[in-house]
Amino acid sequence: MSDVSLMVNGRRVSGAAEDRTLLVHFLRENLGLTGTHVGCDTSQCGACVVHVDGKAVKSCTMLAVQASGSSIVTIEGLANGADLHPVQAAFKEHHGLQCGFCTPGMIMAATDMINRHPEGLDEATVRAELEGNICRCTGYHNIVKAILAASKTMAKGAKGKAKQAA
Amino acid sequence: MYSVNYHRAASVADAAKLVKSGDAKLLSGGMTLIPAMKTRLAAPSDLVDLSRIKEMQGVKVSGKTVTIGAATTHFDVSNDEKLKKACPAIAHLASLIGDPAVRYKGTIGGSIANNDPAADYPAALLALGATIVTNKREISADKFFKGLFETALKDGEIITAVSFTAPAKAAYEKFRNPASRYAIVGVFVAKGKDGVSVAVTGAGDDGVFRAKEIEAALAKNFDAASLAGVKVPAKNLMSDIHASADYRANLIAVMAKRAVAAANA
Repeated sequence: MSDVSLMVNGRRVSGAAEDRTLLVHFLRENLGLTGTHVGCDTSQCGACVVHVDGKAVKSCTMLAVQASGSSIVTIEGLANGADLHPVQAAFKEHHGLQCGFCTPGMIMAATDMINRHPEGLDEATVRAELEGNICRCTGYHNIVKAILAASKTMAKGAKGKAKQAA
Repeated sequence: MYSVNYHRAASVADAAKLVKSGDAKLLSGGMTLIPAMKTRLAAPSDLVDLSRIKEMQGVKVSGKTVTIGAATTHFDVSNDEKLKKACPAIAHLASLIGDPAVRYKGTIGGSIANNDPAADYPAALLALGATIVTNKREISADKFFKGLFETALKDGEIITAVSFTAPAKAAYEKFRNPASRYAIVGVFVAKGKDGVSVAVTGAGDDGVFRAKEIEAALAKNFDAASLAGVKVPAKNLMSDIHASADYRANLIAVMAKRAVAAANA
C-alpha cells in the first residue's frame, strides 16, 4: 500500500491504494470520477485518457502511485461550471458522438492535441494524431469536424485574451 | 496484475540500490512493462521508477555529439529543436512510435532495454553506431542488442543515456502493421564518416540486424538507384501471420530505397 496524493480537477485528494492499482481505477473507484472509461484495457483505445501534468496519457497504463504528486484533469474537470469547454461544446454541436463511450477520452486527447498545435490544425493532422483513440460508432467524421471547429474557437479565444492583456 | 511494491528513485545511485530488492524491475515510461504486468507476463516483486530522475532526462547536442538521457520521452525526442537540426531522422523516428499518449510516457532507455524485435529505436542506434551508457560502463550498440528481448545488460544495470555522432545523412522508414502499428519492417540508413550503415527492425528472427547487402550497394553510391536489383536473403527473417519471410525480405529493399531517398532529400 502507498499513499497516493494528487491534485484532481483542482482539488487536492489523497488516499491509500495498493501499488498495483491503476490510475484509472483510482479515479473511478476511489474518487468516484466515472467519466474516465476503461475500454480495451490494453492502451490501444484511449477511452481512459486523462491529463497528467498537462499531458494526455492513458490512465489504464499507469499506476496511481506513479502519478502521486501530479496534477490531473479528467473529463469532469474540463467544463467551467455549466459552461462547456469549447471542445465539449464542439462535440455537441457537430454530433461528434453516438454511444458516447469513447467521448471522454476523445475530448481529453483532442484538448491536448489543440494545445500542442497553437498554430492551428488541419484534417490530416487531426486524423493522424487521433491514432490512439478508437471510436466504433461514428467513423470519426464528426469527431474530426468537432476538433477542427474547437481548434478555431480556442484560437479566437486565445487572441481575445491576448488583446485583453494588451 | 500481481501485487507489487513501488519505489520512486531520486537519482541513478538511489535506483541502483533499490533495484537490488527482491525480484525488482526498472520502470521507465511503463508502456510495455505495465501491460506485461497486467497480463501477468511479467510479475516483478518490486518496481523502481526511473521516470523522475532529472539526470536521466533531456537531449544534449555538443558539436556533432548527441546525448539523449535514457528517461527522455519519445515526445521530447521528437520535439527537441537542437536534435531536429543535428539528427532529424531520430526525431522523426520518435514521432512514429505508438500514439501521442504513448509518446508522452515511453522513453528511449525503456525501449532499448526491452529490445522488442519490432521496436524502432534499436534500428536507429545500431545504424548510428551509438554508445549505450549505463551506470557501470559503456556498450556499443552492436554489442548491446543480443536477440529477441535480449540485451547485454546485467541484472540491475541501469541505462542512463545513449550517445552518438550525428551522421551527415540519415533517415528512417517503416512499414507498419495496420492494426498494431508496430513495424513489419523498419529501415534506418545512416551515412557518416565511417561509411554507410543500414539497420533493420521488425523483420529479423533474432531482432535488429544490419543489412550487409544493402550497405555494400550503397557504399558505392548513396542513391536509391543503387539498390535496383539488390536482393536481401529471406533466411533468418521472421515469418508470421502478418508477413512471410520473403515478403519481409522484399520490403527491406523497398523501405531502404525510400529511406535513402528521404536521407538525400
